[in-house]
Amino acid sequence: MTITYLEAIREAQEKALRDDQRVYIYGQDVGAFGGAFKATKNLAKEFPGRILDAPISEDAMVGSAIGAAIEGMRPIIEMQFADFSVVGFNQIVNQAATLFWRTQVACPITIRLPSGGNPGSGPFHSQCLESLYSHFPGLVVMTPATVEDAYTMLLEAVEIDDPVIFCEHKYLYNRLKSDALPETGLPYDTARVARSGRDLTIVAYSAMVHEALAAADQLRKEGIEVEVVDLRCVKPFDLKTVLGSVARTARLLCVGESWPWGGVNSEVIASVVTHGFHLLDAPPQRINSKDTPIPFHPNLWGVHKPSSQVIAAAARKLHEW
Amino acid sequence: MLDTLKEPKREVVSSVSREQYVDAFRWMLLGRTVEEKLASLWRTGKISGGVYLGKGQEAISAALGIMLKSGDIFGPLIRDQAGRLAFGEPLIDVFRVHFGSRTGLSRGRDGNVHRGNPREGYHAMISHLGSLISVVAGALLARRFKGDASAIGATTIGDGGTSTGAFHEAINMAAIEKLPLVVVVVNNQYAYSTPNSRQFACSDLVDRAIGYGVEGHSLDGTDLRDCLEVLAHATARARAGRGPQMVVGSCLRLTGHAEHDDAFYMDKSLYHTRLGRDCLKVAETYLQQHQWADEVLLENWRKNAKERVEEAVADAQREPLADPSTETWCPYATQRIAEALLVR
Repeated sequence: MTITYLEAIREAQEKALRDDQRVYIYGQDVGAFGGAFKATKNLAKEFPGRILDAPISEDAMVGSAIGAAIEGMRPIIEMQFADFSVVGFNQIVNQAATLFWRTQVACPITIRLPSGGNPGSGPFHSQCLESLYSHFPGLVVMTPATVEDAYTMLLEAVEIDDPVIFCEHKYLYNRLKSDALPETGLPYDTARVARSGRDLTIVAYSAMVHEALAAADQLRKEGIEVEVVDLRCVKPFDLKTVLGSVARTARLLCVGESWPWGGVNSEVIASVVTHGFHLLDAPPQRINSKDTPIPFHPNLWGVHKPSSQVIAAAARKLHEW
Repeated sequence: MLDTLKEPKREVVSSVSREQYVDAFRWMLLGRTVEEKLASLWRTGKISGGVYLGKGQEAISAALGIMLKSGDIFGPLIRDQAGRLAFGEPLIDVFRVHFGSRTGLSRGRDGNVHRGNPREGYHAMISHLGSLISVVAGALLARRFKGDASAIGATTIGDGGTSTGAFHEAINMAAIEKLPLVVVVVNNQYAYSTPNSRQFACSDLVDRAIGYGVEGHSLDGTDLRDCLEVLAHATARARAGRGPQMVVGSCLRLTGHAEHDDAFYMDKSLYHTRLGRDCLKVAETYLQQHQWADEVLLENWRKNAKERVEEAVADAQREPLADPSTETWCPYATQRIAEALLVR
């Protein structure tokens, strides 16, 4: 039996609904239709009255989840696309993220953001917004890269007492497969060394982990041993594991699919430079998507986001520095 | 709209009892007294940031507050001091939050009108207008999930707040879910300095109710009796499962947007219309006309309100203020994250 990244997300929601009566799902087309990507397939049948179709009102979707969470529920909000979450941005960053700080009342909501592009998706169905949400105090931002993490981290997201932005990558939905779902996983706030190597550290998350691993395969043939660290959760992120890796390799390349300005990559590099300057033999580098809106045509889209070739080229240069 | 506020059509025999009227009036009076004190504390530099007052809106606010029962949900806005007290806000919390007391609910982290006790169904607004409506709706959704069909939720908004997308999304959503939500639109004619003519083009905001598929009601916000009758009716209908109720109350903001604002831009002629009446004065006259209270009793109530306020201020002033050295600087509720931050 194989299970995809998308099915893992569905299975995690099914388990959360089964185990915890406080959980319900609210989002556009999530009911009988099963969601735009089928992440809630058959859940409405299985859990009558707990999978609610929402009007096209992201602000009200998130606002209502906050109110329900205050009353002790554990809502899961499915944004149809990460790109549309900004319509509910105010509720997320000003209401949900500040609630505990202001009132001592927790806001345990999970907001699922189908993120990243597929060929032809264009500027408004392809965004990666983890950097944007990471800017706001009070939010937890998860970026699972594997089938196993999609499953265990979504379950953790529902359990966490704070608002979680769960960035699930659409490119991985059906391309990533695993044999079975795990019973347990690493805690969400712990980074994973996805591949060991002595020459260079690549820190990546979400779909970029796989591009980094592909680059590492190529570089191994050239005699360069790359260590790949999968952040898993970008806010908060596991600086200790990153510093541990940089201590071994002395070189750091950060790869993320969001835009470069003030992003996860910048934060990781700033933290490493601040706390581990003495560990570095070369200036840390970063690769993001290009600083433009996301292009529609596959010819352009293919080079807009970081690819294994671009990562490998940057890694070679950094290795030679 | 500005000059069309007419005396409401009334039942010959009002359903409002002396007890209820007096109850609401005393919350109005206490709210006004609290706010006069807040204004004076602000003028003498005892309060940081803004002080937002509800002068002229106490009748609507208090009437709404007393219609809510224990277990109901309330999401007040900036001019709801009277309603907050009627809903059960402890007097001292008003001053704790304004002073930034370490003991208060927000511990100096947020101030003035951004206060509440959400765990008790008393929600703490943020500054973004319209955004609290869906939160109250969501709390009602949770009650439905939990099988509690007895509670209703109420929230207020101004004329300006009706222009937001959040207002539209939330009422539409609440209507779809047929939630027992009462949205009270207090049309006080101005949003900061912007008059209604620059805020909306419909002839009456209550007409929007039809568009949302909810029941609409209008009331004269200067007349406590009308406020009590209409809000009793609207809250009863919400309680009876008739879905969201939109109540539009008309009045005039008898103050600036906040204490720093002298409201020079307001059309002064409005003060001489029915809209411009001070609801507290109107209620005092009503009480006397119906021989429900004489001047001696009114003076007693005023004195009592002042004493209670002075006592609360004195108590709150004795409390320690927010202190950076005792602040956790941690915005997370999750134990694991909080512990990691504290170690760092």
